[in-house]
Amino acid sequence: MKLLEVRNLKTYFDTREGVVRAVDDVSFSLEKGEAIGLVGESGCGKTTTALSVLQLLPKEGRIAGGEILLNGEDFAAKSEEELRKHRWRDVSIVFQGAMNALNPVMKVSRQIAEALLLHEELTEEEARRRVLALFDLVEISSSLVDCYPHEFSGGMRQRAMIAMALACGPKLIVGDEPTTALDVMVQAQILALLGKLRREFGMAMILITHDLSIVGANCDQVAVMYGGKVAEIGPVGKVLRNPCHPYTQRLLKAFPDIRGEREMVQSIPGFPPNLVTPPPGCRFSPRCDAAREICFSREPAMRCVEPGHEAACHFAEERS
Amino acid sequence: MNSEYLLRKIFHSAITLFIVLIINYFLFRIMPGDPVSMIMRNPNANPSMLAQVKSLYGFDKPQLVQFAVYLRELVKGNFGMSFFYRQPVIDVIGSRLFATLVLAFAAEIVAIFLGILLGKIAAVRRGEPVDAAILGFSLVTYAMPTFWLGIVFIAFFCVHLGLFPTVGMYTSGVTFAGFADKAVDLAKHLFLPAVTLAVVIVGGYSMIMRSSLLDVLSEDYITTARAKGLSRRDVINRHAVPNARLPIITIIAINLGFMIAGALQVETVFSWPGIGRLMYEALKARDYPLLQGIFLIVSFCVILANFAADIMYGYLDPRIRY
Repeated sequence: MKLLEVRNLKTYFDTREGVVRAVDDVSFSLEKGEAIGLVGESGCGKTTTALSVLQLLPKEGRIAGGEILLNGEDFAAKSEEELRKHRWRDVSIVFQGAMNALNPVMKVSRQIAEALLLHEELTEEEARRRVLALFDLVEISSSLVDCYPHEFSGGMRQRAMIAMALACGPKLIVGDEPTTALDVMVQAQILALLGKLRREFGMAMILITHDLSIVGANCDQVAVMYGGKVAEIGPVGKVLRNPCHPYTQRLLKAFPDIRGEREMVQSIPGFPPNLVTPPPGCRFSPRCDAAREICFSREPAMRCVEPGHEAACHFAEERS
Repeated sequence: MNSEYLLRKIFHSAITLFIVLIINYFLFRIMPGDPVSMIMRNPNANPSMLAQVKSLYGFDKPQLVQFAVYLRELVKGNFGMSFFYRQPVIDVIGSRLFATLVLAFAAEIVAIFLGILLGKIAAVRRGEPVDAAILGFSLVTYAMPTFWLGIVFIAFFCVHLGLFPTVGMYTSGVTFAGFADKAVDLAKHLFLPAVTLAVVIVGGYSMIMRSSLLDVLSEDYITTARAKGLSRRDVINRHAVPNARLPIITIIAINLGFMIAGALQVETVFSWPGIGRLMYEALKARDYPLLQGIFLIVSFCVILANFAADIMYGYLDPRIRY
């Protein structure tokens, strides 16, 4: 049985302007211990997909369809009360910008202990010992255990956040841009730490980022999202070496190559689509330089280009 | 909280108070109107008598000398003599200040508890009818003239239902058997003015609480708290409220100082013998020493309230450096 299976997930937001289809028919699955990277521009539905798994959507958001199976149990059908027992014990989150993901007026140790005490039968003393062990695990000095988040550096906050995420031994960890806003050295340290701990505890991971190189180095699978849909999905090596969706191809070209000619990277002109009234046909068609007539009228289905590698483009096979 | 921080804050407060003192003193010296004629109350007094009064009160000395004398006497606790009451200013203010403090604190306590509670409910139920009702209530009461509300309360509760007395702080001409009797009588007199004042200020508190809580609820650490599996109630009470408390403390501190001086309308409508009314009377009578004393006391209360807020900040927000 797969650890996580997301089938035809639809997450909509009810706003004044209308229904925003932030996530529209997204499917992917994850084996135990496996990592998947969700990439794409801002507003393409990466974070909403992850928050849907835990049902931590803001008030306006709702899951309009699909299934979220974790260990075979459908999370989308569970009540808030039932979900609370699974949160953090089965799935935990490391947010972006360690700045505000920790409560500024509460000691870091207390915030970690809070999660432990909630899910396990522990005394205060035992919880404290566990917190110290977690600090050790993420290589933060135990002398900082009674500090407040503002007394930590950005990298240390992110380590503390990882310690908190590991507290209850979850099977799946969601990293929502866990290294954005950190400098490159710290970023590498944090990702190495996360990778090491993941292998040690056999945790699966959903890594949300817009940096394809991070995905390449840390994930087994990648799902490229565009306009609330999966544009291309498959094993990291296959997708990055042989991108079959024009969006993935453009995304890869948007990164400079240090060994190549010095030139301006190619950006993708235009903006992501409005998800209240998405364009007919392929959602990428207005910005696609290879678009043909059919792209503007018919939505492309997922096409298999090689085993495990699929792309939502009418001409995916031609490109492979 | 270390003592260096505390000392620094006390020092800052003392400097502020001294500046107020200077402005306060000279403000009354440049105001139009001649205190001598107010003391004499006799337009036909002869020049020699005027000169006598002038030297008796020290008006013939240079301003700076007068100021030095004022400071010296102030340190001794002598605020001067009231022209109108012909009593030491400190005695006149003393009993009135107590009346105002009783009224202000009673109203504040009600308003703080109710305001925070309403603000919390409104923020948690944003967009629902409850939120709209609380917001509407807050805006209407916030905009309501104090004196009008007071009159309506008197007309309904005192005149129509006969539940409460209408005038003063205690029933006049009564000797109380004991402290308990006196307290009950005070409570009866206090109820309506305090409620009036509380209703007028509660709207501001609830709106501030609502908006700062809404700000906090959209922060990442709230999502973290939810992701941990905390119940809605725990997320609000343990993570959101402690972060939303700071703005409301500022407002309460400012308001508390303002109320000492600003309960004038309520005090007038309910004939409450407080400092607001005393100020109004002193102004009418051009009783400068009394006015000066009142201003100083009020400034002191405002500074004290802000000092208390600073100290509270240090306790509530670890990010504030001592």
